[in-house]
Order: sequence, then C-alpha cells, then structure tokens
Amino acid sequence: MATYHKFLGVEGLGKTFFTEKESKIVLEGVTFELPFRDSLALVGPSGCGKTTLILAIAGLLKSTEGSIFFEDKTVTGPNRKIALVLQEYGLFPWKTVAANITLGAKLQRINVSDKKIDAIKKELDIEGLDHLYPTQLSGGQRQRVALARALLLNPLLLLLDEPFAAIDTVTREKLQNELLAAFIQRQFSFIVVTHSIEEAVFLGQRIIVLSNGRPSVKAIIDNPNMGHMDYRNQPAFFELTTELRKILEETP
Amino acid sequence: MRGRQAITYAVTIVLIYAFWYLLSLIMGSNILPDPFHVFLRGFKEIATSSFWLHVQASILRIFAGLFFAFILAVPAGLVLGSNQKLDRLFSPLIYLGYPIPKIVLMPIVFVLFGIGDIGKIVLLTMIIFFQLLITTRDSARKISTEIIYSLKSLGATRLDFYIHVVWPVSLPGIFTSLRIGTGTAVAVLFFIESIATNRGLGFYIIDSWGRADYATMFVGIIALSLIGIVLYEIFDLLERKFCKWKNQ
Repeated sequence: MATYHKFLGVEGLGKTFFTEKESKIVLEGVTFELPFRDSLALVGPSGCGKTTLILAIAGLLKSTEGSIFFEDKTVTGPNRKIALVLQEYGLFPWKTVAANITLGAKLQRINVSDKKIDAIKKELDIEGLDHLYPTQLSGGQRQRVALARALLLNPLLLLLDEPFAAIDTVTREKLQNELLAAFIQRQFSFIVVTHSIEEAVFLGQRIIVLSNGRPSVKAIIDNPNMGHMDYRNQPAFFELTTELRKILEETP
Repeated sequence: MRGRQAITYAVTIVLIYAFWYLLSLIMGSNILPDPFHVFLRGFKEIATSSFWLHVQASILRIFAGLFFAFILAVPAGLVLGSNQKLDRLFSPLIYLGYPIPKIVLMPIVFVLFGIGDIGKIVLLTMIIFFQLLITTRDSARKISTEIIYSLKSLGATRLDFYIHVVWPVSLPGIFTSLRIGTGTAVAVLFFIESIATNRGLGFYIIDSWGRADYATMFVGIIALSLIGIVLYEIFDLLERKFCKWKNQ
C-alpha cells in the first residue's frame, strides 16, 4: 500500500466568485487533512460552499486562495484517481445503464473485464438493468449506477455531493449501508456532502461543519465509532447527532 | 406506434381524395381534374424517362442542399453552443444573417455561382444552413453544468465532450430542424426550379401549368410532396433510431 505524507490536504482554501457587479466569498480559510482510507462528512447550511469545496478537490473548480494536495501533489485539474458522484447522479440520459457504468473506463482506456463489471452490478443490486436508460430507473437505482461507475475505476478518493438527497428514507439507509460496505471492503477514502445529520454521523469518520461565516470551518468533529452497520442503534450515534444538531443550529 | 401512423396516413389520403373529388365536381374537371384522372396520368408519366429525369434533378438538388447545410451548420452549431466566447463573437453575425430572407439573394447567388445546379444548391444550402445552425447551437447550449463536471471527472478530453455529450444532447434538435428544413427546402426548390431551368419538378409543374395540362401539373405537385414526405419520414426514422432515450 502506498504511503503519503499527505493523501489529501486542503490548506487555507478560499473561493470567491466574481460577477460583473460584485464578488461573493463562498469559502475562506478551509484547512483539513484526510488520511488514506478515512471518510469525511461535510455538513452546513445552504450556500456555505460544500459543493464548491468538493468541486475544487475534484480539480473542476479553481480556488482563489490556498492549495489542495492529493498524494502529495498540488491539484491542478481532474485526477483519474478521484471519482465524483453528484447530487443529480451525473448520469448521461442518452446512454444505457451498461454504457453509463463503463463510460469512465472507456474514456480512460482501461480494460475492465465483464466479470468485474458483473461483480460490481451484483454488489450494488443493479443486475438486469443494462439496456434501460436512466429515466427508466428509480432514484435509488440511478444512484447505484452512478456509484458503480465510480467504483469501477478503483478510485482512491470518492467524492459524493449529496448523493442520497432525492431518495426515500428506507432506500437512503440501504444505500448508506452499501457505501459503508464498499468502503470497508475496498481501499479508498471518501468525502460525502450532506444535509442530513444522521447521514453525516453514520458515514463520516470526521465531520466538518461549514458555515456562511468567516472562516468557513465552524467545527471539526471526530467520530471514532463510525464504521459499523448497527451504529445507528448505538447511544454514541444519538449523542453525536444531538451534538451536531446543536452546532448546526448555532451555525450561520 | 408505426401502425397508428400508417393508419393516420391512410385516413388522411382518403380524406384528401374525397375532398379533392368533391371540389373537382364543384369547380369542373377543366380547372381541377378529378383525382382518378390525375392518378391515371401519373401512371403514364412514371413510365416515361423524362419524368424521372425531373425527379432525379429535384432529388439531387434537395439532397445536396441538405447535405451541405448539415456538414456546415451542425459542427458550427455544436462548437458555438458549447463555447460561450465563440458564441458571443459570432452571435451578432447570426442575428443579422438569420432574419434576411435568403431567397431575395437569389439574383446575387445566380450571378456568383451561375444559374445551373451549383447556384440552386448554394441557395438551398444558405436557406437551410441558418435554421440548422441556430437549432443545433441552442440544443448544445442546454448542457447542464452537472453533466460537464461528471464527464470531466471521468477523465474526458475536449473531443470526448463533443462525442459523448454535445452531439447526443443536440441530436434531437438537429432532427427537428432537419424535418422543418425539409418543408422549407421543398418550397424553395419549387421556386428556384421554376426559373432558368428545364429540369426538376418545379419546372415540370410550371411547364404543365403553362400548357394548361392540369392533370400533369398535379402529378408534379404530388411527386414534389412525396419527396418532402419521404425526407420527413427518413429523419423521423433516424431520430427514433439514434435518440431512443428520448422516447423512453
């Protein structure tokens, strides 16, 4: 296994959006590190820059201040070892499920065996959907397809921007379990952006609370008990959700 | 779906036939020949080689016009629709060029390219070009930021962006524009073939009209309409084949 001085490091990150009339500071002074095989949940009120931060880490948005390091190198653009799953799934409506799943591998010219594709489809319970289009799928199925596409590339860092936001509670918890199972079985780190306190506590080994105030990071909370499927039923889960709810209520 | 469309076509043909027949009874067969007489004339005409030379000339012009408009307008529309800087640069030119009725430029086009096939094809191309360019550009503009981020994060190049996103997103709009363009192209074809030529269905119709041979004139009108219908159906068929996701 590769060792890094910094697997992922965000140092003094700031982002200002400029329009013709005004400028808007979205992020300021964001600093944190994420070790390899750790998970992080980003929570905070709307407009606090969670998605902006995710996109900057993915190399899709240039920051105006600070730096991001991935595997000890400055992030200057998209990296093939970083996969992104977006809020609206980011699936291509004109491609079938099969074509969507294998698109990343095709673009990166990676030969992926049918066996591996079948294994991922089985793992995420999306077998038999190959010839369907995304509009023919349920929200949960779409998110599983997006997850399958990302995992097929064996990313070292998986970024998820409110991945389960538009899904019913039961399916949402199933998907959270599947993501956790994949995280335990495979070797990757992930950052999940969420509005759900329970989701943040269930999935994040660390939870960062972003705010609309300055600097952007309001709190960083360690969550050492995360990583068990039955965590939702443990007292530590309730304690942390209560603590996080209190912090968020006080967050501008 | 196809069966229902075939029934619609059949019912429409029967209704037109009945309406035409009634009208010919009212107006008199000298002015409006009855449809049965026209069909008999049609069978005679399609047995002659000169009729097919007219059809061939019209098909060649309309296909060439659509082809050149397609290969010029579609790539330009895809690039403009997905590149804001270029779009801003060329927008004034498009806004100025589009509303000008290109048919009024016919004398200039004929002076520059001659009154033969080339001049006619250039004019047809010009007319379809702007329509196709604007539809393609507007379709390509509809690409969501989410899709762009998603593709970039998968390691896509600029070329991949055109192949996997811009082209498929724009394709339904392109087919719609081609279908609309077909109607325009047939109308313009009739006009430009009615002057300075002795080949093409436009000439065939005007010539028959001049000779007060109304049955033959209607044969020409039906033949030109059929070209329009066949082209429309071809684009419809291609859209169903290549844009399956739109019908789900």
